[in-house]
Amino acid sequence: MPQPIPQDAPWAAEDSVGLVEPRTLSFDTALELECGRTLSSYELVYETYGTLNDDASNAVLICHALSGHHHAAGYHSTDDKRPGWWDTCIGPGKVIDTNRFFVVSLNNLGGCHGSTGPASINPDTGQPWGPDFPMMTVKDWVNSQARLADVLGISRWAAVIGGSMGGMQALQWSIDYPDRLSHAVVIAAAPKLSAQNIAFNEVARQSILTDPNFHGGRYYLHDTYPRQGLILARMVGHITYLSDDAMRMKFGRDLRAGRFHFGFDVEFQVESYLRHQGEVFSRNFDANTYLLMTKALDYFDPAREFDNSLETALAKPECKFLVMSFTSDWRFAPERSREIVNGLVHAGRDVSYAEIDTPKGHDAFLLDIPEYTKLFGAYMHRVANEVENGVNPVEAGNHA
Amino acid sequence: MRDDLHLISDWIPADASLLDLGCGDGTLLAHLKQHKKIRGYGLEINQDNLAACFEKGVNVLEQDLDEGLGNFQNHRFDYVVMTQALQAVLRPDQVLNEMLRVGREAIITFPNFGHWRVRAYLGLKGRMPVSSALPYEWYNTPNIHLCTVQDFETHCRKSNIRILERQVINRHHRSGLLARLWPNLFGEIAIYRVTV
Repeated sequence: MPQPIPQDAPWAAEDSVGLVEPRTLSFDTALELECGRTLSSYELVYETYGTLNDDASNAVLICHALSGHHHAAGYHSTDDKRPGWWDTCIGPGKVIDTNRFFVVSLNNLGGCHGSTGPASINPDTGQPWGPDFPMMTVKDWVNSQARLADVLGISRWAAVIGGSMGGMQALQWSIDYPDRLSHAVVIAAAPKLSAQNIAFNEVARQSILTDPNFHGGRYYLHDTYPRQGLILARMVGHITYLSDDAMRMKFGRDLRAGRFHFGFDVEFQVESYLRHQGEVFSRNFDANTYLLMTKALDYFDPAREFDNSLETALAKPECKFLVMSFTSDWRFAPERSREIVNGLVHAGRDVSYAEIDTPKGHDAFLLDIPEYTKLFGAYMHRVANEVENGVNPVEAGNHA
Repeated sequence: MRDDLHLISDWIPADASLLDLGCGDGTLLAHLKQHKKIRGYGLEINQDNLAACFEKGVNVLEQDLDEGLGNFQNHRFDYVVMTQALQAVLRPDQVLNEMLRVGREAIITFPNFGHWRVRAYLGLKGRMPVSSALPYEWYNTPNIHLCTVQDFETHCRKSNIRILERQVINRHHRSGLLARLWPNLFGEIAIYRVTV
């Protein structure tokens, strides 16, 4: 007899996609990369939620951010304590409603959660790729995602959606495959990184590269990994994900033991929090992947191949855009999102923009913030209506 | 749809490009998109209005009019429309100039503070007028720069703004004989199409 489902089980909740299973696809057609190199074969791990409709018109692609992966919603087992990273937004009746959409979420190439990456075996050497894994760019990811779409029988996404680095992929999709998406949702992103953004990434990379356990990226062969470097990288990254206000509200100057110890052990709560975040991250993330992903961020600049004119680059897309930013985000501040919006307006594209008032910083895009959920939900509601009412893509591409 | 919006939509030819300042729930844009294939954007700061525009599928950008229109190029639009918001911005003169920089023509509507009922309210009661067109108390009104038909036309003359068309309507959104003869006294809502 089947076990009764415990009523309070999170995976059994009505608005959860429930238990999900990742799948892996192998690709044997070589992928030409922007760096000039070629990946002759590779695997992509992905998850899907909801049901693909008969004409495959209700598919949305979720693109992940720096430390994300394919597991965006639901639970892998009944013992899982935490759901996928964007479970606040994906599920039955949620913003990205799995009763209406077929949601595809993958782990990007170069990742460390199942898709081919630096920790995978290089077929030419029989050893882990390590530092020899080719440098990936946002453009390369989008190309690999288009191949995944081909295999899944999706010729056109109802929407490509992402926050932060995921938003950059959505933007790149709109430029590189204009006829393969109806909507791009670009959240808390930027049209390219600023010098300050690159500087923070460089500090993170240097902390990994200078860790004695890094071994030139071949730490797999030494049965170790640059734990301390990863911890530091995550700590500095995490500071940029939170706002000054968010840190003040969350930790203030609270002391763990209530008094000064006059030493260098953890005293302030914020120190404890950062160390904990770093620790957890270092156990679950590959250092070479972190290096590669931060470089992909640094290289991202779709205007570059259009004489550095964002306006020219944004004349390519045919889809409609939703751009959203968060007032307290200083990693990719609202001004950066407005650069994208202004470029789209200049190019005459259909775009809507919302600036969510929140003290939560960059990480806000992952949270259930009422104003955000409401506006994002309203937009996705309209996307779903268009799918279900069969809006003609020609009409959808009627430029402003 | 409000009658003043009907009037405005009559003034806008098919296929025009349009910027709607303070576009509310997107009714005008949706109407013009559907019936005249206009292309354009609304600017709005109210969250419920933004959500309504998202649902309707009209382009809307969260942007505060008091922070200017610096992000739009010169003559980017055929028309820049602002309904019932001129009196609520910090510097109506500057907004008007900006409207005529980014648009070839501007269409503006505002409540006429010169209407006889407003004058009578202040003159006889000695209190700040409250009416269906001006439903606020003095302490909570967003209408911080109210003006009369005459004020507006004087300003246009001084600023070399040409008035191309004018409609004044009463509270029932009708344009009666009195309002046509004495707009500053009998018009409750003024609607202008202007250019430079």
